[in-house]
Amino acid sequence: MFKLFPGGVHPKENKGYTENKAIKQARLPLKVTIPMIQHTGAPCEPIVKVGEPVKKGQAIGRAEKFITSPVHASISGAVKEIDVTPHPTAGKALSVVIESDGKDEWSEHAKVRDSAKALSKDEIIDIVQASGIVGMGGAAFPTHVKLKPPKKVDTLILNGAECEPYLTCDNRLMIEKPQDILKGLHLIMKAVEVNKAIIAIESNKPEAAKAMENALDTFDGGASGKKNISIKVLPARYPQGSEKQIIYALLKRKVPPKALPFEVGCVVQNVGTALAVSEAVYHRRPLIERCITLSGDCVQEPQNLSVRIGTSVRDLLDECGGLKGDPVKVIFGGPMMGIAQYTLDIPVIKGMSGILFLSDREARIFDESPCIRCGKCVNACPMSLLPLMYAKFVKKDKWDKIEKYNIDDCMECGACSYVCPSKIPIIQYIKVGKSELFRQKKGL
Amino acid sequence: MNDTDKQFTISASPHIFDRTSTPRMMYGVALALLPAAIAGAVFFGFRAVILMAVCMLSCALSEALFQKARKNKVSVSDGSALLTGLLLAMVIPPDLPVWMAVLASVFAIGIGKGIFGGLGSNIFNPALLGRAFLSAAFPADMTVYRMPFTGCDIDAVTSATPLGLMKFGGTTTGIWDLFTGNVAGSIGETSALLLLIGGIFILVMRYADWRIPAGFVGTACFFGGLLHLVSPERYPGVLFHLFSGGLMIGALFMATDPVTSPVTRLGRWVFGIGCGLLVIVIRSWGGQPEGVMYSILIMNGLTPVINLIAKPKRYGT
Repeated sequence: MFKLFPGGVHPKENKGYTENKAIKQARLPLKVTIPMIQHTGAPCEPIVKVGEPVKKGQAIGRAEKFITSPVHASISGAVKEIDVTPHPTAGKALSVVIESDGKDEWSEHAKVRDSAKALSKDEIIDIVQASGIVGMGGAAFPTHVKLKPPKKVDTLILNGAECEPYLTCDNRLMIEKPQDILKGLHLIMKAVEVNKAIIAIESNKPEAAKAMENALDTFDGGASGKKNISIKVLPARYPQGSEKQIIYALLKRKVPPKALPFEVGCVVQNVGTALAVSEAVYHRRPLIERCITLSGDCVQEPQNLSVRIGTSVRDLLDECGGLKGDPVKVIFGGPMMGIAQYTLDIPVIKGMSGILFLSDREARIFDESPCIRCGKCVNACPMSLLPLMYAKFVKKDKWDKIEKYNIDDCMECGACSYVCPSKIPIIQYIKVGKSELFRQKKGL
Repeated sequence: MNDTDKQFTISASPHIFDRTSTPRMMYGVALALLPAAIAGAVFFGFRAVILMAVCMLSCALSEALFQKARKNKVSVSDGSALLTGLLLAMVIPPDLPVWMAVLASVFAIGIGKGIFGGLGSNIFNPALLGRAFLSAAFPADMTVYRMPFTGCDIDAVTSATPLGLMKFGGTTTGIWDLFTGNVAGSIGETSALLLLIGGIFILVMRYADWRIPAGFVGTACFFGGLLHLVSPERYPGVLFHLFSGGLMIGALFMATDPVTSPVTRLGRWVFGIGCGLLVIVIRSWGGQPEGVMYSILIMNGLTPVINLIAKPKRYGT
C-alpha cells in the first residue's frame, strides 16, 4: 500500500453520498443560536442586549484576548435571548439567539473591495481577526494567530486532504469556487510572507484537483502577483489532513513533540479557511456562513449545504428530507474524530464540517474483549505511539506510566481504535488518561 | 418517525471500525491451517483426525471450565482455545495415546493461559507449552513417528523424522518429499507447501505480521546456509532446514501468535531473528534433532523485555 506518512488507516470513504452534489444554499433560518465559543481559545462576551436589533455581519460577541475570535450575527433581526444552550463540542454554552426580521440586511460595513493590492500584511491579518475567521477544518483555531508565526516560514500548505470519511464540503468548494480559494490563498501567503505554497488534495478527489489546476492556470496573480503555487495529489489515507502528517507527506519534515508547524517552517490552512479569508477581504463579509456536509445512511437526501452559522441542525435535517431508518448516532464532524450528539437542537458553528446520521449498521458499538497484543494499533498510530499501553495503564490507574509513553503526543485521530480487533475504545481511555493528568497537574 | 423522541448513542470517537475482530482472526488462522490439517489426515489416517478433534474439544472444554472457575465470562466462541487445540494436535506424533493429548490440552489451556489471566495475558504460546509438557512427561511417546500412508501398527512401521535421521544418522532426505510432506513427522508439520499456502493467507489478511516469519526464516536460512558452506558434510543445506521439522508451522503459525510476540515492528524483527538463530543453534549443536519449539518458547519469555527495549522512536525527535 502506497503511503506518504507513517501509520494511518484507510476506512471506507463513504463520500459517494454527497461528493457529486453541488453545494445548495440552505433556506434562510427564522432563528439562529450563535454560541459565544466556537473556537479554540477564550470565549467571547456578548456585546448586544436582549431586544436589540442586529444586522447581518454585525459583531455580537468578542473577547480582549489574543487567542480568541469574535462572533457575528448571521441574519438580521433582533436579539431574542442570551442563554446557555446545547453546543456541539462543549455540551452547553452561552449563546445569543437572534430572531429573523426576514430582511437579511447587511450591516453598513459590507461593501465589495475590488482589489486587495493596497492592503499590507498587517491589514490583512486585522481583517481576518475582525471577521472572526477560524480554522474551518474542524479544530477552529483562530486564523489570525496562525498568520503571525513567531518564526520565518517558507511554505504554506493549503489543506484540501479532507481525509475523514463522508465529508465532502472541501471537495465541493474546490470544485465550485477554486478562484476564490486561490484569492484567499494569495492573501494568506502575503500575510505570512511566504512565496511557496502547496495545495494538497487526496487522490479520491480528482475533480477537485482538476478544478484547482484549471483555476491556477488562468489565475491572474491577484493581490500580489504570480507566486510559486503547486498542487500535490496525495494517496488517500487517514489522518493525512492532520497538520503534522500532511507536512511530512509533502515535505518529509517532522514537527517535534508539542511544537507547532512553524517550527519546521510551515503554516497549514484549510481550503475553507482560504475561502473565508477571500470573502472577508474582498466582500468584507465576516464568517457567518459555511459549507457543511449532511450525510449518512439515515438521511433521506444527503446534501452539501451552505448554511448560516447558528442554524439549527434540526432545520437542516428537514431540508434534507428528514431521517430515514433508525439512526443510532448523530455525529458532529467526521466519523473518525467527530463528536456524538445527544440532541438535534444544536447550532451550526464555525468548525462544523459535517453532521452525520448513522444507523447501527454503519456506527455499531462493539463489546470490548481482551487485548491480544496484535500490535495493529502500533502500526496504525501516525505518531509512533503504543496505544495499547494507554488502555492497559489507564485501567490500572497508572498515570505516571501513560505520561512516560508520551500520551500528550496523541492527537486522538482514532486510527488505533478503528483497527483494534478487540474493539477496545482506546481513544476513550486516552481521553480519560489525559484529563486525569491535566487534573493532577492543576492540583485539583 | 418522530425524531424528537429519539435517543441517540453517545460514545467517544471513532464511530466506525475495521471489520477485523479477534474471533475473525482466530478462525481465520484456523482456516489457514486447514490445508495442512487435511494433509495430516490423509497422510496419517483416522488417528490424526481423532487427535485433532480430541485436542480441539479438550482445549475448548478446559477453557470453559477455567473461565467458570475464575468466574469470568465464558468466551470459548472467540475461537482462541479451538485454535490452540488445533495447533497442538498438528505438532504431536500421529500415534500419541489419546489420553496424553487430552492431558496436554488441559495443560496448554490451564497452565499455558488460564493461570496468567486468560486470552491476552499469557507469556508462552499455549500450544507449544502443551507440546513441551508432553516432551518432558512422555519423551518416548513423543519420538514415535511413522511415514505417511502407513497404518498405525506402530511397531512395524516406525520411522525417524528427517531431522532425526540427520542428527543421528547423518542422512539427508529428498527436498521434494520434505516440501510436499511425504516424510515422517507430527500430524500437521510435514507439508511445507500447504503450510506456506496458509501462511501467505494469514499474512495477506494481516492476521499475522510478516516481519516475524521473515526474520525467522531469513535468519535460519542465512545462519544454516553459512554453516553448510563451512562444512557441507556436517551441516545440512538451507532447503533442508527450511522444509524439515516444524520450521514452517513454527515460523508462520506459532511465532506469529500476537499475544506472545512483541507489539512493535522493531520488536518483531528482533523476535523473528532470535527464533531463527536459536533454531539453527539447537538443531546443529543441541541434544535434540529439532529446536523450533524451544526457540519460540525462549523468545516468548524474552518478549516482555523486547517490548520494553524496542519502542518506536518518538515522532519528531
